Amino acid sequence: MTVSVHLKNLRREFGSTVALDGLDLDIAPGELVALLGPSGCGKTTALRIVAGFETADGGELLMDGEDVTSVPANRRDIGMVFQSYSLFPNMTAAENIAYGLRVRGRGTAERKTRAGELLELVGLPGREGHYPHQLSGGQQQRVALARALAISPKVLLLDEPLSALDAKVRLTLREEIRRIQLELGITTVFVTHDQEEALSMADRVAVMKDGRLEQCAAPGELYDRPATPFVAEFVGTMNRLPGTVQDGGVVELFGRRLPIHGERPAVGAEVDVLLRPEGLAVGAADDGAGAPATVRVATFLGATTRLHLTTDSGAACKADLPSWEATALAPGARCMITPHENPVLVAERAGAPSLKV
Amino acid sequence: MARMKFTSRAVVLPLAALYFLVPIGASVWFSVNEVEGISFDAYTQGLGTEGLTTSLMLSVRLGLATIVCGLLLMVPTLVAVALYLPGLRRTVEILCMMPLVVPPIALVAGVTTVLSWEQDLADTPFYMTFQMLRDENFPLVLVLVYTVMSLPFLYRSLDAGLRAVDLRTLVEAARSLGASRLQTLWQVIVPNLRTAVVGGAVLSLAMVLGEYTVASVLSYRPFSVWMVEIKDSEAQLSVAAAMLSLLITWGLLLLLTTLAGGRSRRRTPLNSGSEKRESRDNRKKTVS
Repeated sequence: MTVSVHLKNLRREFGSTVALDGLDLDIAPGELVALLGPSGCGKTTALRIVAGFETADGGELLMDGEDVTSVPANRRDIGMVFQSYSLFPNMTAAENIAYGLRVRGRGTAERKTRAGELLELVGLPGREGHYPHQLSGGQQQRVALARALAISPKVLLLDEPLSALDAKVRLTLREEIRRIQLELGITTVFVTHDQEEALSMADRVAVMKDGRLEQCAAPGELYDRPATPFVAEFVGTMNRLPGTVQDGGVVELFGRRLPIHGERPAVGAEVDVLLRPEGLAVGAADDGAGAPATVRVATFLGATTRLHLTTDSGAACKADLPSWEATALAPGARCMITPHENPVLVAERAGAPSLKV
Repeated sequence: MARMKFTSRAVVLPLAALYFLVPIGASVWFSVNEVEGISFDAYTQGLGTEGLTTSLMLSVRLGLATIVCGLLLMVPTLVAVALYLPGLRRTVEILCMMPLVVPPIALVAGVTTVLSWEQDLADTPFYMTFQMLRDENFPLVLVLVYTVMSLPFLYRSLDAGLRAVDLRTLVEAARSLGASRLQTLWQVIVPNLRTAVVGGAVLSLAMVLGEYTVASVLSYRPFSVWMVEIKDSEAQLSVAAAMLSLLITWGLLLLLTTLAGGRSRRRTPLNSGSEKRESRDNRKKTVS
């Protein structure tokens, strides 16, 4: 059973702190949406409201078009995997998985069969009799996933389920979770502060800031066409370079006129142009075009090399180059940098008084 | 370092053993030493004396009732405070520790005053309540007072138990799987507090079995009061009974701790080859 989930104008305050400030989010049936944002942005609060562990001060939560805002947590048919190890220590893996069915009064035989099936699904066949303390962290989270899925929930909620695991286990498990989610076609909300996790797993990523949704889009779109400077800088690496707004919705940077995407400040405003490291071309010092700069550090990353550069005007930036092109650009080398002619986002210059749009 | 450990063992342990064993040994000697030689009459015949079984059974029943009342009161309270009212934690702690600083004689003075209202309530249904509280065969009033007196023991042990588990996550996990609050408490929280529950119960039981002041002032006759009463007429029997009560207490402690240990034995880690990697993972997890 796959359902849609709609968060409508959700508000939640804790004392004077506003955790959710009118959050709107629509999740399609069978979709995996990642809630991404810095700590304190409200992503966990949003998830806990969907789970029923928090009550919203205002707004509505709809599941399959039905208002469930006031339905208690144990009647929402939601499967949840927690950040910390949440298996019941007094029960075996099979008992943990079958707990939801036990509460629903299902027979022993059915519970046993279902636990076996789910252990198979999460790649732990034969571990029925193991207690949580006999399982590794990764295995515990697999059992926790199986337990959440055992009740065939309408919605699966994942609250940073991988953050307590080491890097390698995290990588395998996130692929597993995605495989299982696609296999079952279950509507899933996934909270994370790890952008790589969000971008690699989700159908859409919802970036949050200060209790509001900044942008919700497919990973590629989020990276290539961020809607706001915050999203641009939060997702991936971003350079801030000084530019001047000119007539016709363009900004001048290093002698190039680049079309402005998104909000356009007044003509003549001094702004920061947001450019990804791959959005800068680095050429030989005698190229003529662009801004002269000096290489400070070159970091070899395999296929690409990341150069840390300082322009003669004092701006610091990073540029990614295919490694074969970067061989000549050792630290201390002189070069010219030019931005590729793509639409760019501009932001208020860091440290400057606020812009008039 | 090793030498210091050895010295402490060689000196401290025998000293501690002497401190405990000499009085016990002396008591045993007193209870069997007769003019005409050693006699176990106090144990074989004396224990049939009128009142012993009744008073002992009363003490045990009072102890068990106290444990049930104390746990029914404290487990839900502490869970609720930990989950929903963390701000009240300090207040609850202070309240629960109060009986430690209120001497039982002061406590019983208050209880006596309340019980004396019985006369004024003779025409009301409360009269029966008072009668029930004071029932000679099973004085509920003692259970109530002992429950209050056991609060510090229960609080300490349950609080430690609650801090050792990730209560919020366990409760939320159970709730999301559809469990009601009562199911969560009974099937998830209590089993994981088993050691703490048993620990608190053992301490409360030991307290009730040895309590004298309150029972004596209120003129009831549990085991401790009976022992003191027969001391003048049957000194040897009184000491023999004390020895017996010591054995009973130890027996109960052993029984309860065995009950608590039941799960940990069942949970002995398996030692198959595939487990080795996992335990390594677990260690890593602990380190990180």
